Amino acid sequence: MTALTLENLTLSYQRHPVVHHVTGAFRSGSSTAIVGPNGAGKSTLLKAIVGLLTPDHGHVRFEGVARRQLAYLPQQANIERQFPISVLDTILLGAAHAGSRWQRWFGGSSKAERERALAALDQVGLTGFEERPVGALSSGQFQRVLFARILLQDAPLILLDEPFTAIDARTTHDLLRIVAHWQAEGRTVIAVLHDFEQVHRHFDQTLLLAKECIGWGPSAEVLTRDNLLRANGMAERWVADAAVCHRDDEEVAA
Amino acid sequence: MTLYELFLAPFAEFAFMRLALVGCFALALGCAPIGLFLVLRRMSLVGDAMSHAILPGAAIAFIAYGLSLTALSIGGLIAGLTVVLLSGLVTRLTQQKEDASFAAFYLLSLASGVLIVSKWGSNVDLMHILFGTVLAVDPPALLLVAGIATVTLLGLALFYRPLVLESFDSEFLRVTSGGGALAHFVFLVLVVLNLVAGFQALGTLMAVGLMMLPATSARMWANSLPALLAIAIGFALLAGYLGLLVSYHANLPSGPSIILMAGAGFVVSLLFGRQGGLAWRVLKFKHLEG
Repeated sequence: MTALTLENLTLSYQRHPVVHHVTGAFRSGSSTAIVGPNGAGKSTLLKAIVGLLTPDHGHVRFEGVARRQLAYLPQQANIERQFPISVLDTILLGAAHAGSRWQRWFGGSSKAERERALAALDQVGLTGFEERPVGALSSGQFQRVLFARILLQDAPLILLDEPFTAIDARTTHDLLRIVAHWQAEGRTVIAVLHDFEQVHRHFDQTLLLAKECIGWGPSAEVLTRDNLLRANGMAERWVADAAVCHRDDEEVAA
Repeated sequence: MTLYELFLAPFAEFAFMRLALVGCFALALGCAPIGLFLVLRRMSLVGDAMSHAILPGAAIAFIAYGLSLTALSIGGLIAGLTVVLLSGLVTRLTQQKEDASFAAFYLLSLASGVLIVSKWGSNVDLMHILFGTVLAVDPPALLLVAGIATVTLLGLALFYRPLVLESFDSEFLRVTSGGGALAHFVFLVLVVLNLVAGFQALGTLMAVGLMMLPATSARMWANSLPALLAIAIGFALLAGYLGLLVSYHANLPSGPSIILMAGAGFVVSLLFGRQGGLAWRVLKFKHLEG
């Protein structure tokens, strides 16, 4: 069963194409790593999937999941870290995700939600940090808080944009355990990553991107030396007539 | 001079001082929270830009209808909202950043306002619009200011969560609720409304002072949003009260007196605020050296 389909997706900033004719599907319950060199369009693709960027051509189609039912971890640079908000309140923002638009906008936090938030805080190893302002946290601690917020969102589709960049080994290890937990629960996980070892160990599928799709399928088959050389070469130049990426139809159906 | 004469007599004896005080308190209740969100959203100078932007609307209304409260307010509101809408459109449709488009439109608006007053008004008119006078606040003006304060507090209460999210993590709001643009627009409308309320009493140039100074002062005292809101409102109320007293006893213009009192609050906060006040820093260094 498919969770998300990209149909001939082309994305651009100021009319300069960044992602070019990407077509394919993310299976429900699969874990896909999006990899590629800097400037390959990985984060741009994620932004289009979550609706922060309107495609120039093509479509993002959700199947069996509503667009609002996804959890998205942005790069930390986009968050105002000096905002006067406590760790617990930040996590509770994840609970506001559920319910009607009225509840999402105007509802308060219930006792049950607070208990879930405390449990999430415990799961990311930050018990005792409830009232600490987020501005006083290290990058690793803040990333743990954002993971706890996703735990509260309880979303079937989870998108992570470079979740382990500038994060130390221990925090990365702890957060990868949470990702594994999501995978075991059957959630669809899509993550932009740079570490190939992480990809091989934790993500069964890989989308190799270099402005266009170089390969999409089982990680071992996509992350070949030839594909990576191709990806690095293509990211450095713009190919006007880049081919549309097709996946094997049977695999999509499966 | 007794304490009664110093602190209470001006308000007990003169109705115009009582009206001015209530007007200042109403302004403080609306302006201070709005100012705090401006500071937290790194839009401190947008308030200043908007205060200039309402000038042509107020100028046209002043020349056409004289000192008509309704006309001045509607004129100012139309000019302010026009600048908000045009800046918002330019920001979304082009690669211009919001601060740049605000700067462009408020300068155009300000120049138009000055041109209109110079050509068809008089310097006295310009001075009145620029500096206002809280001592001339009458019951209808008070109703307007109190009405705007009420709308502001209700608006902030209703849009509290989206506003917090928009300020803290706007992408999260856009992804989960899709209402980022609406929350932002509602907030800018509230900014314009409060500036319109403020320029009756303090003038277009001074109105923004009661918005920004208490908010920046509060930032030095607390680290949670509810506490910051309460402290900012407290500072604004105090500035209004003390400013009117200083203005009365020293025979000084009321608007600048109020803003200077808010400024005094800022200096005190800067020195002694619990969140990084300069005095604590010096004391801490001495302690370490000892």
